[in-house]
Amino acid sequence: MSLRNYLDKIKPNFEEGGKLHAFRSLYEGFESFLYVPNTTSRNGVNIHDSFDSKRMMIMVVIALCPALLFGMYNVGYQNYAMAGLLDQATFWNKFWFGFLAVLPRLIVSYVVGLAIEFTVAQWKHEEIQEGYLVSGFIIPLIVPATCPLWILAIAVAFSVIFAKEIFGGTGMNFLNVALITRAFIFFAYPTVISGDTVWVVNHTICGLGANLDAVTAATPLGAAATGVCSGFSVMDEFLGFIPGSVGETSVIAIALGALLLLYTGIASWKTMFSVFAGGIIMALVFNTWGPEGNMAAAMPWYEHLCVGGFCFGAVFMATDPVTSARTECGKWIYGFLIGAMAIIIRVMNPGYPEGMMLAILLMNCFAPLIDYCVVQRNVNRRAKRIAK
Amino acid sequence: MTEIIRLRKGLDIKLLGTPAKELTQAGQAQAYGLCPDDFTGVTPKPVVKEQQTVKAGEALFIDKNHPEVKFVSPVSGEVVAVNRGARRKVLSIVVKPDAEQKYVEFGTKSVQSLSGEEIKSALLEAGLFAFFRQRPYDVIANPSDAPRGIFVSAFDSKPLAPDFEFVLQGNELDFQTGLSALAKIAPTTLGISATQTSETLTKAKNVDLYAFKGAHPAGNVGVQINNIKPVNKGETVWTIDPEAVIFIGRLFNKGITDMTRVIAVAGEEIAKPAYQKVILGAQIGSIVDGNLNRSEHIRIINGNVLTGVKASKEDFLGAFSNMISVIPEGDDVNEFMGWIAPRFGQYSVSRTFFSWLTGSKKYSIDARIKGGERHMIMSNEYDKVFPMDIFPEYLIKAIITGNIDKMEAYGIYEVAPEDFALCEFVDSSKLELQRIVREGLNNLRAEMA
Repeated sequence: MSLRNYLDKIKPNFEEGGKLHAFRSLYEGFESFLYVPNTTSRNGVNIHDSFDSKRMMIMVVIALCPALLFGMYNVGYQNYAMAGLLDQATFWNKFWFGFLAVLPRLIVSYVVGLAIEFTVAQWKHEEIQEGYLVSGFIIPLIVPATCPLWILAIAVAFSVIFAKEIFGGTGMNFLNVALITRAFIFFAYPTVISGDTVWVVNHTICGLGANLDAVTAATPLGAAATGVCSGFSVMDEFLGFIPGSVGETSVIAIALGALLLLYTGIASWKTMFSVFAGGIIMALVFNTWGPEGNMAAAMPWYEHLCVGGFCFGAVFMATDPVTSARTECGKWIYGFLIGAMAIIIRVMNPGYPEGMMLAILLMNCFAPLIDYCVVQRNVNRRAKRIAK
Repeated sequence: MTEIIRLRKGLDIKLLGTPAKELTQAGQAQAYGLCPDDFTGVTPKPVVKEQQTVKAGEALFIDKNHPEVKFVSPVSGEVVAVNRGARRKVLSIVVKPDAEQKYVEFGTKSVQSLSGEEIKSALLEAGLFAFFRQRPYDVIANPSDAPRGIFVSAFDSKPLAPDFEFVLQGNELDFQTGLSALAKIAPTTLGISATQTSETLTKAKNVDLYAFKGAHPAGNVGVQINNIKPVNKGETVWTIDPEAVIFIGRLFNKGITDMTRVIAVAGEEIAKPAYQKVILGAQIGSIVDGNLNRSEHIRIINGNVLTGVKASKEDFLGAFSNMISVIPEGDDVNEFMGWIAPRFGQYSVSRTFFSWLTGSKKYSIDARIKGGERHMIMSNEYDKVFPMDIFPEYLIKAIITGNIDKMEAYGIYEVAPEDFALCEFVDSSKLELQRIVREGLNNLRAEMA
């Protein structure tokens, strides 16, 4: 228990009047990270469930790990594939290349985001909220591995401050923080997140990988939007060996995460299921009645689910409990509309080949309205009871 | 055939220390106390002074706003203290018991021959009216109201709670008399558990009978009302504990206020969890002394683990407490890296732990909050343990934001803080829901007055 003793020894420094009081939130954050707080209840229930928001967030981070690890591998794979050096590169060559390409983005995302969180926690005399552990992990997974670090830093700062903290922090935001980061880059710096030159890292990192000039590699959706066939097989798209944002390419890696989230009950199976249902139904509708010559409309439903951020969005972002609909009935509607809307945007708007981000953000805005309608039914029932 | 209502939402927390069904002898309490705080919504005005002698059934304090509501001494003896706190708030009135108990004689009466008003005034006189609570607001009832109905739940489904069938043994006649008396005041509904077999309950007379099946909070009277006939705005219903119904029966059958009751003494830190026959207001030390596993790092709870309050041995058995629970405090426990460690010994409804795999295994749960307070993050946590036709999350948010119209629309008139106890237990954001609901009810009551 020497660590415990050490923490107890330095604690007075961080308390009111202590010389390190300015870092109180940091100390508390680390203390509760190391040890479950042993404050006991003062009023209300005398016993509490062992589950808390730290454990919840960590489960989501664990669920994201397969997507991150595969994403790192795929970043390397795409570089070597473009250079035509696939047969010379070992598994570890590809992985370390991707690791070195993605790690700085992960670090920037966490450092910028957590610095803001810590500052706000200190300023508002609150505990550090762990919501950003998940957002900060998702952000590098939904941008291209080539995204410049300074742009990422600005985008993270923008979204943490303006999508979350001004509303009151984790639990009070109505828009998904990670998606706002992506949307910020998408609209403020469109050239680094769309087109066909951003998806593959085109330079060597620490001697790994290959220097490529004038690389063009469109994502399957980007290709479809411009009316060309990407040439990837559905199997590639399913396994994830395609260009795209770091973590969103592999359905299998995402499925592993989905299993954990569904098993632990942290993500709502209703939301997840209905996103897929909405996507499939809308894809079938376009298959049947879609405009002639629109490649995205002709794309079979299973391919729609495999490409782009559909799976990643459905599993990790539509199910964000804070920004999703909160009523059970509302979750069906919310999820279904996300799935349907994502496909509509993909098909109908070639300017935005990836519809998932906008679909989720749009439904984030409508989730309170959906909930309002669901709750209002209960309210009306109660009102009717009085009228009787 | 009694109608059976099946509740699918809820949770029976598997806690160590279930009381054995045997009656153990309690030590003689040196002091009995009545705490005005137990009687929610009452502004107490003491009517006794220190050194004054009182009989059992004689008023110790009254409600300033309804002076006819008396709060009477559970024992005869000498008033030794009127304890006051900040701003001269009355904390407790303490009586040192006589060796031989003397009771105020109210005279035996036949319930059948009395009218509702006569019964009400008999209860007011004998200090038993104080055990009626009302919805809305979950406060002590106002005797001038005409309630739509009176609801009694004959079983307590909270963790480690006493089995009312055991408590009832020997009091069957008084219980039925009490029910008949209630039925004279207003239509009375008795909610029993589908597993109860005592004929006093399953064949109770003069009441509407409903049987409930399901996990806690099936035994909460508020949940039962909501599933039988919810309280509407403008309506008042009264609720009363089944133990108090026995007191009422005794009043009419014996002519005295006899607040002897059988309570459970339970919990992990109790050496021999069992039942004890005590008089209401007994000093807790007399109940638990010699029966504790250790003397430090324990929490003595006046009541059950969900709605009871932290107490010390010097405190008094609460007027509405049907048990004393003693659990580990947990302030000496330091769990390393709790957010990732498997924590096999921990109980949780979440599948991020493993307790859902262990069937009927019972768990040691201490008083730690085990996390920091956050804004509401998870959805559908409360709903799973809240078997009422209400959206608990939305009601809580309406209360937090002080939006009275929304509170009304979302059904605040139907709830009491205890209905949110399970939500508070499972809440991963560790919000103090019972406090929030209590404050909401208080604000609303002040606003409506």
